[in-house]
Amino acid sequence: MAPIVSVSNLSKTYASGFKALKGVSLDIEQGEILALLGPNGAGKTTLISIICGIVNPSGGTVLVNGHDVVRDFRETRSMIGLVPQELTTDAFETVWNTVTFSRGLHGKKPNPAHIEKVLKDLSLWDKKDNMLRELSGGMKRRVLIAKALSHEPRVLFLDEPTAGVDVSLRKSMWEVVERLRASGVTIILTTHYIEEAEEIADRIGVINGGEILLVEDKTALMSKLGRKQLRVDLSHPLDAVPDTLSAYNLTLEGDGHCLIYDYDTSADRTGITSLLAALAEAGVRLKDISTRQSSLEDIFVEIVGAGR
Amino acid sequence: MNIEAIKSIYFFEMARTRRTLLQSVVSPVISTSLYFIVFGAAIGARIQEINGVSYGAFITPGLIMLTLLTQCIGNGSFGIYFPKFTGTIYEVLSSPVSMIEIVLGYVGAAATKGLMIGTIILLTASLFVDLSIAHPLAMIFFFVLTAVSFSLFGFIIGIWAKDFEQLNLIPMLVIPPLVFLGGSFYSIDMLPPFWQAVSHFNPVLYLISGFRWSFFEVSDVNPVVSAVIILVFLTVCLSVLAWIFRTGYRLRN
Repeated sequence: MAPIVSVSNLSKTYASGFKALKGVSLDIEQGEILALLGPNGAGKTTLISIICGIVNPSGGTVLVNGHDVVRDFRETRSMIGLVPQELTTDAFETVWNTVTFSRGLHGKKPNPAHIEKVLKDLSLWDKKDNMLRELSGGMKRRVLIAKALSHEPRVLFLDEPTAGVDVSLRKSMWEVVERLRASGVTIILTTHYIEEAEEIADRIGVINGGEILLVEDKTALMSKLGRKQLRVDLSHPLDAVPDTLSAYNLTLEGDGHCLIYDYDTSADRTGITSLLAALAEAGVRLKDISTRQSSLEDIFVEIVGAGR
Repeated sequence: MNIEAIKSIYFFEMARTRRTLLQSVVSPVISTSLYFIVFGAAIGARIQEINGVSYGAFITPGLIMLTLLTQCIGNGSFGIYFPKFTGTIYEVLSSPVSMIEIVLGYVGAAATKGLMIGTIILLTASLFVDLSIAHPLAMIFFFVLTAVSFSLFGFIIGIWAKDFEQLNLIPMLVIPPLVFLGGSFYSIDMLPPFWQAVSHFNPVLYLISGFRWSFFEVSDVNPVVSAVIILVFLTVCLSVLAWIFRTGYRLRN
């Protein structure tokens, strides 16, 4: 299937001379959840802003469902919903009016039943007549999501949707995202909470310094880059790793009380069995063993760190 | 054409007028009444007539223009500047709305509000003085075109302004002197020749003069020249806007 969003060689240099994007290419598949990770200033928001039409690109093209975002902006923007990072709302408008306004802006005829459903889904129904300035930060965030959903988009951009949002609201937000995905909406989100990306995304893209460092299927990425560590606690400390164990590249930690063995779960042999045998043979007595898999966060830090 | 979007922006802007009804409607009525009391009664007692028109009636077109210009520039600039300031502009920019539709929505609302207030002032003035409109079509021509072109001008200021200081610079510092020195409260015939000549460089003179002609058939300059000037100003504003839209100046760059 053709990608729903296709970014090729996209670049953006701001008037200040700052190069926010340096030839980014990225395909987003229909119906997937893509998480874009990257440190502050990596270019995530600029990328989203160009796809949505807020910022003009300096070079390159973006196609949404085969339409160019600059030339065919009516088609592309009708398909896209955007939840911005900043909590930008009209203080003196009511929830109902601002969400209805968003639908009209996207050229859709008024549909109070749809607005009602969106507000109910986001637990905003009882606040529909409240002015936006009376709402808490978390509720304003939900209003922004409601605005983005008011015109029934096929592609939804969530720029840091859970920043400053409490745990229970975050959970209910992800439930909404799951429901949207189930209805076929493609979702692109940026987040600083890497564990969220790990939990919810199908694919992970890492962007830094205006360049895409990688885009991978989440599970493939985890298994490819996800190292496992075997930690062996010793009954008696060692001064050094015995020569007979040198093949295993062990590191000694905790003042000689602990041996660390890195292994690859995707390899044919992990080497654990032979390591344990070699330890017994060397006369090393074990107190405890444990394993640990690196998280997406470790992977992220590793990739971004390597890119520097 | 995204008619729904134009309607949405237009009614969204008009809703703000409704929310601020007191300052939008009542304040021009009060200030017009004050002008009539101060200028009409105090000065009018000494200047009986100008070019055969009673002083109170003579200043009415000028008063309407004074408010129309400041209101249209204020509304036109604020309408687009405020979303830029709060950040809600993201939504307009990411919607399937062409720049022409954005302008129709924002400028349409600003001009409507200006025309509403202008009409209120006209009605208020008619309580104080006898008004007759000699050329109603010409009056509507000057009234509407001034409202539209100055709302456009305000819209440009709103896009250009980076802060509230810049936003208020032209409406507060440039427009009032131009209006006051543009013959709102006097005929430029009453000025020494040098200042008469200087006045002809003031574009607002032509607007007020043309508008006044449509009421009383008296004018400082030929009404055709006035009509041409307002059309030129409208064209200049439209050209600047076209350039802004093409380049994304201070909106999409």
